[in-house]
Amino acid sequence: MAVTSKYFPGAEKGHETEHEEHDPRESLMYDPKPRGEMNQMVMESMLTTSCKFWVVFCMLAVLVATCFFYAWGYMIAEGLGVAGVMRPSYWGIFLVNTVFWIGISHAGTFISAILRVMKAEFRRPFTRAAELMTTFGLIQAGASIFMHLGRVWLAYWLFPIPNERQLWPNFHSPLMWDLLAITTYVLGSTMYLFLPLIPDLAMARDRSTGWRKTFFKTLALGFRGTEGEWRHLQTAMNIFAFAIIPVMFSVHTIVSWDFAMAMRPGWSSTVFGPYFVLGALHSGMGAVAIVLCLMRATMKHMDYFLRAEHFDALGKLMMIVSFAYAYFFFNDYIVQWYGGDKWTDALLHWLEEGPMAWMFYQLIFFNIVLPWLTLWNRKIRQNPWLLALIGLLINVGMYWERYLIVPVMLTINRMPFTWKLYEPRIEIFLTIGTFSLFLLFYLAASRLIPLIPVWEVQEGQMTHSLRKVGKTQVPTISEFE
Amino acid sequence: MSIDLNLVGAKGAIAQEAEGKWGMVIDQDVCTGCQACVAACAMENNLSFVGEEDAGYGRTQHWIRIERFWEGAYPEVKSTPFQPMLCQQCGSAPCEPVCPVFASVHSQSQDINLQVYNRCVGTRYCANNCPYQVRQFNYRDYHLDPIHANEVDGQLVYPFHNQFNPDVTVRRRGVMEKCTFCIQRIHKAEDTAKSQGREVVDGEMVPACAQACPSNAITFGRLDDPESLVSQMAHDERGFKHLEELNTMPRITYLKEG
Repeated sequence: MAVTSKYFPGAEKGHETEHEEHDPRESLMYDPKPRGEMNQMVMESMLTTSCKFWVVFCMLAVLVATCFFYAWGYMIAEGLGVAGVMRPSYWGIFLVNTVFWIGISHAGTFISAILRVMKAEFRRPFTRAAELMTTFGLIQAGASIFMHLGRVWLAYWLFPIPNERQLWPNFHSPLMWDLLAITTYVLGSTMYLFLPLIPDLAMARDRSTGWRKTFFKTLALGFRGTEGEWRHLQTAMNIFAFAIIPVMFSVHTIVSWDFAMAMRPGWSSTVFGPYFVLGALHSGMGAVAIVLCLMRATMKHMDYFLRAEHFDALGKLMMIVSFAYAYFFFNDYIVQWYGGDKWTDALLHWLEEGPMAWMFYQLIFFNIVLPWLTLWNRKIRQNPWLLALIGLLINVGMYWERYLIVPVMLTINRMPFTWKLYEPRIEIFLTIGTFSLFLLFYLAASRLIPLIPVWEVQEGQMTHSLRKVGKTQVPTISEFE
Repeated sequence: MSIDLNLVGAKGAIAQEAEGKWGMVIDQDVCTGCQACVAACAMENNLSFVGEEDAGYGRTQHWIRIERFWEGAYPEVKSTPFQPMLCQQCGSAPCEPVCPVFASVHSQSQDINLQVYNRCVGTRYCANNCPYQVRQFNYRDYHLDPIHANEVDGQLVYPFHNQFNPDVTVRRRGVMEKCTFCIQRIHKAEDTAKSQGREVVDGEMVPACAQACPSNAITFGRLDDPESLVSQMAHDERGFKHLEELNTMPRITYLKEG
């Protein structure tokens, strides 16, 4: 282990007045616990189940059964007439949900891949929770796309499957690009979720009995923690961490092309790609804040792993993303306004003073004004509940943004005779269903796999240490060779 | 027929393409807005009756619709001419490239835009991308819906079963559909002409809307034949095309109020 020590800013002489009471041991990395004890803590957090958990679990299961499976089955049997889609707004909430869930899924990749590549140490305890968000969010996004199809039972026609009639999908269609991008992202992110999970599964296998033992044994793929296994795992994780980053940026850009490639006022905007990616990160960071807060509040021992410093760092990220988002938001609208196309003009007037104007103003308030006003304050950032509330409101704002882009912008087209406002019908139930399914997956995952990547935390703690220099404790970070 | 824009002379090819094969001229000066074309089209092409509620919500299944606009507020209303709107059979149709399964295709032989109902999976992207908003979606299995029970014997009445046109497919739920320029009539006329060893003469074949129009506001025929009535009317000085600035190359010319 080669030591390249670097001073912790708090310990530097010049800053002493500012950070007088700062104790490096408040930070998870400088507050190590013995490995056995930490493993035990994570196992306990997974195995301790109160009856409240089962009440919530059953409620969500009922919601999923009725609002997701029953409602969807009913819609398949009856046709899309039970949904609210109609002439100008041929796309409704289903595509809003698709874009929203893909957006949520971006946070996981961003936190675990980009921050891993950048070696941001604060990511360590919550990469797993964020990666799960990617996989579970994408499941909802995929389900929403299929809900949207008029004849979902023929959805396999979208895939390039060889057939005797030599019918092939149309690769000119942005929907095809979308399908390929999302499929790549689902497969890549699921593998990327699984790889760092292997050592933790092996840890759990060695500490459990009964059916859990079989479960972990199967999933851990016989990982024993030898030198060679670690080397292979690290190589694989590195490859995936670097490879998934361009996939993540491209997938939401391609989703935005579904809109940007169409000849619609408000949609055909060249800035949609980066605008959607930033929007995705914005909602994703908010969702991570909610999940971390709930984990900390409901699971055992989480206050050791998830500390004020992590919420603080997440809050800073949220604020930076909000800055960037604001740039693209105003860029999109102002450039369109400057373009002076008469249909775009009608659309912008419709947004600012039409019946959905409240949504437009809430979107500006929740996504831009609120984070800018609150997140500069460290006390607010360090309070998990406040940060989760801000995250929730950001997500409401982002949902409104997608709602405005899909059905509300579709209202205004070049044929004024057809202008009509969309009303959601069964989509409301199906939206509740997808949200319930997402939460249900999370609840199940919290009991089945370690939500804290123990080995990553331990690895981090091994590289961080406090050294005595004279009378002061100097925090140092070393790197594995 | 696609044009390779990289080739020399592509612009000439586009202009030639813009002429098209079959075309229509709609004279807004004589259109009375009587909706006979709408009714005739529904009968000819097995269009669904969607019922009061769905129709009010914007789900009318009409391949042709009469748009009515007015300026000012009541009672000083200045009405503008009626505007029948149907698929413009674009030469460069925005609905075609966006379909992921090639359900919205260009007919090579007739040079019109067609929907393959069997292939459609219902992504509705084509309808979103259509600047004319003339594509219709089958939200339900309307043709299976009984309207009411028969008052005499309590039997359910299926209004379609006695009037289906056997030459036209009945579309099920989840499928997009649109005006075909009455392709079944085009084929019939071509077959008749072929069996008699001649070309289709001008005026031999008319679509249902043109046939039903009491004021002869709709004229249909071959645009590539300079002698035909429709291509002469298309060059009228009153003629204009809708949303031509989008380069969709519509095949329908409107004649504005003279």
